[in-house]
Amino acid sequence: METTAERVLMKGNEAIAEAAIRAGVRAYFGYPITPQSEIAEYMARELPRRGGVFLQAESEVAAINMVYGAAGAGARVMTSTSSPGISLMQEGLSYLVGSELPCVIINVMRGGPGLGNIAPSQADYFQATKSAGHGDGRNLVLAPATIQEAADLTALAFELADRYRNPVMVLTDGITGQMMEPVTFRADTPPAREPPPWATTGAGEGPVRLINSIYLEPEALEHHNRRLVEKYRRMQSEVRYEAYRMEDATVAVAAYGLVARIARTAVDRARARGLRVGLLRPITVYPFPSAAFAEAAGRVAAILTVEMSAGQMVEDVRLAVAGRTPVRFYGRLGGAIPTPPELVAQIEALAAEVSAR
Amino acid sequence: MKAVFTRPQSLTETPMHYCPGCTHGVAHRLVAEVLDELGIRGRTIGVASVGCSVFAYNYFNVDFQQAAHGRAPAVATGIKRVLPDRVVFTYQGDGDLAAIGTAEIVHAANRGEQITVIFINNAVYGMTGGQMAPTTLPGMRTTTTPFGRDVRVAGHPLHVAEMLATLKGVAYLARVALCGVAHITRAKRAIRKAFQAQLDGKGFSLVEVLSTCPVTWGLSPIEAVRWLEANMLPAYPLGEFVTSEGKERL
Ligand SMILES: Cc1ncc(C[n+]2csc(CCOP(=O)(O)OP(=O)(O)O)c2C)c(N)n1
Ligand code: SF4
Repeated sequence: METTAERVLMKGNEAIAEAAIRAGVRAYFGYPITPQSEIAEYMARELPRRGGVFLQAESEVAAINMVYGAAGAGARVMTSTSSPGISLMQEGLSYLVGSELPCVIINVMRGGPGLGNIAPSQADYFQATKSAGHGDGRNLVLAPATIQEAADLTALAFELADRYRNPVMVLTDGITGQMMEPVTFRADTPPAREPPPWATTGAGEGPVRLINSIYLEPEALEHHNRRLVEKYRRMQSEVRYEAYRMEDATVAVAAYGLVARIARTAVDRARARGLRVGLLRPITVYPFPSAAFAEAAGRVAAILTVEMSAGQMVEDVRLAVAGRTPVRFYGRLGGAIPTPPELVAQIEALAAEVSAR
Repeated sequence: MKAVFTRPQSLTETPMHYCPGCTHGVAHRLVAEVLDELGIRGRTIGVASVGCSVFAYNYFNVDFQQAAHGRAPAVATGIKRVLPDRVVFTYQGDGDLAAIGTAEIVHAANRGEQITVIFINNAVYGMTGGQMAPTTLPGMRTTTTPFGRDVRVAGHPLHVAEMLATLKGVAYLARVALCGVAHITRAKRAIRKAFQAQLDGKGFSLVEVLSTCPVTWGLSPIEAVRWLEANMLPAYPLGEFVTSEGKERL
């Protein structure tokens, strides 16, 4: 594709790769897995001639550790994978968080557990949002609903990674990765970025620098972890969400990513039938927009959470509303995608139930 | 007055935590002397592994990254790919390199990754208290082979140098031992050649260093050196396996 084009038709995976290059990514390390391989293929084609490094690793385990090395050496770096690959990257993710290294990880989710299938899914939500590997780690998680947003959030992910010295994950799914939509890119020239002062660049005679996550003394590790916890608290200011037709809603639908897109159509159709329904869509799923849900809980009679999983984000919704309003769950599993008529039926049933009360 | 023996610039003054008689300290010193002699201290980045040498960064006066168990070659790859004009080395034990990190070392070597690997083979897991390593000798007692390593159960010792020597990306590969002055002198020469291969852009280089672990072997430092000579030297032949100039005497 022509890099100076204003608005182009692109696959989600390719838009993510192009957005990363324009955000100044210097190195990509990855291992093929469907449905995200186009990211690696795009990088293999484009990155070397646009000033970066592409390397296909021997495994996801190696790829994430290459990311660790390059991030520690001060480069803007990323990887991408899909669910089984994310499981393998958990080891490195924990080390990245522990050593406070900025990087971007794209997870184009597919069905699980185990080998599952290559159909779209949202069943990695717990793994993505609750724990960055073993230990007390956290990472920011951004969940795009369109291809334009996938590109924008990928660029944002690099900024946030640098701001917090922490890995940032873009959490999307096989459909968003595979479908095509028009997309406009932010910048043509990657922003200049000097290696941060803490990076192990082997540059000269000053004091030596160290990238490390081992603290043998319990007090020292506690201190380190408390500092990280304070950082996670600061990340709360990055909360992003979309409230759609929520002003007068009596029922709210909670959904993120691809499902939120389908839910939006369902909300419009239900509205056309006279139901006062709106959509609350987390864009950051960690940190979760809890305040927005708590506020909505005071206004709506019920919340319907829809996911392509057996019910994961619904736990965050329940925590946020703290019993102030009933929370129902509707999920499709194994790569099945909820349809607008299915969701309209769910909304109608819930609206009837709350108005009968 | 002329100084005849000083601390290498590439070593810090931090007292080492290694057990008395452990040859990790000797290996550290050899690497540091080579970095000094090649004048590359300021542009070298080391990668510490998991094992007794996890704190290597406390002793080397160079930039360092600490890597997950076995992943040092992947971490070094990430560093070297974004900083190709720097010198990058890993320092790994046998549990680290030859067990959990087998895939990473094989593929880094096969890619001809421009890094240098110092591979400490002490035939045992030191840090975790003397369990069997892939390099443990047949019949050797460890805490997880209490009746001696039975190759029918636990498999055979892994010969890392011989295995990696078959790979095209390897530019320099030698096995040396830290028993006695003559061997130590040869070990230093090999380490120097390994770094030189990287500086010359020739490819991947590795030096397997037969080392002692007196504590988990249950031997005194002197007995440990004798044990290495009597048991490890016959099992792990020394020498250069790959050189770019053709084999030379070390
Ligand atoms: C993923 C993981 N598994 C296991 C361990 C525990 N562990 C720490 S050191 C070590 C063995 C190291 O042995 P070796 O590489 O031979 O080095 P030495 O201690 O002998 O110097 C093990 C198994 C770990 N830290 N991480
Ligand atoms: S346990 Fe063995 S390898 Fe570890 S420091 Fe002691 S002697 Fe050295």
